[in-house]
Amino acid sequence: MIETELSRSVARWCPGATGATRAAKLSGGASQETWRFDIVHPDGNIGAILRRAPPGSGASSMRGPGLEAEATLMQFAHDAGVPSPRVLHVLTPDENLGAGFIMARVEGETIARKILRDEEFAATRPILARQIGRIASGLHGLPAAKLPSLRTVTSTGEIADLAREYRGLGRPRPVVELALRWLSDHDPGLSAEVTLVHGDFRNGNLIIGAEGVRAVLDWELAHLGDPMEDLGWICVNSWRFGEIDKPVGGFGSREDMFAGYEESGREVDPDRVMFWEVMGTLRWGIMCSRMMQRFRTWPDHSMEHAMIGRRASETEIDLLRLLAPRGR
Amino acid sequence: MQDEPTPIELTKAVADFLRNDITPLISGHQAFKLRVAVNILDLVTRQLTREEGSDAREVERLRTLLGTEGSVVELNRVLAERIANGEADLATPGLAEHLWATTMDKLAVDQPNYASYKRELSRDG
Repeated sequence: MIETELSRSVARWCPGATGATRAAKLSGGASQETWRFDIVHPDGNIGAILRRAPPGSGASSMRGPGLEAEATLMQFAHDAGVPSPRVLHVLTPDENLGAGFIMARVEGETIARKILRDEEFAATRPILARQIGRIASGLHGLPAAKLPSLRTVTSTGEIADLAREYRGLGRPRPVVELALRWLSDHDPGLSAEVTLVHGDFRNGNLIIGAEGVRAVLDWELAHLGDPMEDLGWICVNSWRFGEIDKPVGGFGSREDMFAGYEESGREVDPDRVMFWEVMGTLRWGIMCSRMMQRFRTWPDHSMEHAMIGRRASETEIDLLRLLAPRGR
Repeated sequence: MQDEPTPIELTKAVADFLRNDITPLISGHQAFKLRVAVNILDLVTRQLTREEGSDAREVERLRTLLGTEGSVVELNRVLAERIANGEADLATPGLAEHLWATTMDKLAVDQPNYASYKRELSRDG
């Protein structure tokens, strides 16, 4: 029972804590899990989240910096005023909980469809694009010298990676070829400034309350690179959930996001943002196709994976809308 | 020749049974999976209904575009190669129209409720 280990853990580092209760798994694959639980405390229970690679699960994903770096980044961002959950504790091996960390739970909504549709958020939606710009700018402004060791991503390297993955899937897709060709022809090369890039900055990874963004989650794909990558990724149509005329996560306009971004003196390069939006759309399409492969080769035979595989065509129509728009 | 009912009629009958009779009886994660299952059957029904016609039109366009014969997969492979090595691009007459038509046919099967598709469909209308 995970609560036994959690109780022992919190008693060690949270003054006054007497135990852990209501542990529930939120999500998790073989290598990484997220749990919610409450720290039992005489002043009132404290909401907490555990992110971990369970004992014996081995290394984390290849693209990510690892859970310890993720914790360092979140703490760093939080201290610098970028909305991010407060890290409470980094796990040590003797706690028998695996590798990972515990953070304070931030209340709010992450489900994109609710944020985009529910009356509750009607007054919030119009302020989000600008706020998201400001948050991205804060994130990109974190001093690189203090960051943990992260891989560096370049546009040229990403094009090559996506091309290799697509060819590995073995099925001809002319629209994908067209997008790869467009990316090579429009490769902006190294950006003048290399910064921290969140790597999965989008609707769904933001906790939203009435007053706006309360926390940016899922720092597991953070890397160094072109800051415009984050601005392009949040504009990918797949994260607009039907609100296709509001490019920034279905919330608002690019102009609002750019204005928020530039408030702090950082500059936007709209051509680079467009490049990364095309790249992001293609990347999500190839991720969908990989789900299809997983469906075919894994024994679990998941219907969800099968259907995600069929969503690759959504990104093909979005790529055509970006690269060969009709009737405009 | 196989006997009737057709595969389209069969998948549709199963999907309707699950949707109308079983859905009200199931809750929680199983209800979610049931919804996915019904969606799969609906997709299969749409594909069985449309695939023959859309593949035939796709092959026809590809033959004209490429000036060569082959199956739909072979012709797509030739087109993919030509785009990859720069022999064909958006300036090639008919290419953009072909990719649009093919993609619209895919979405009609995969995700007819996808907002970008509905927008483009209204443009065609």
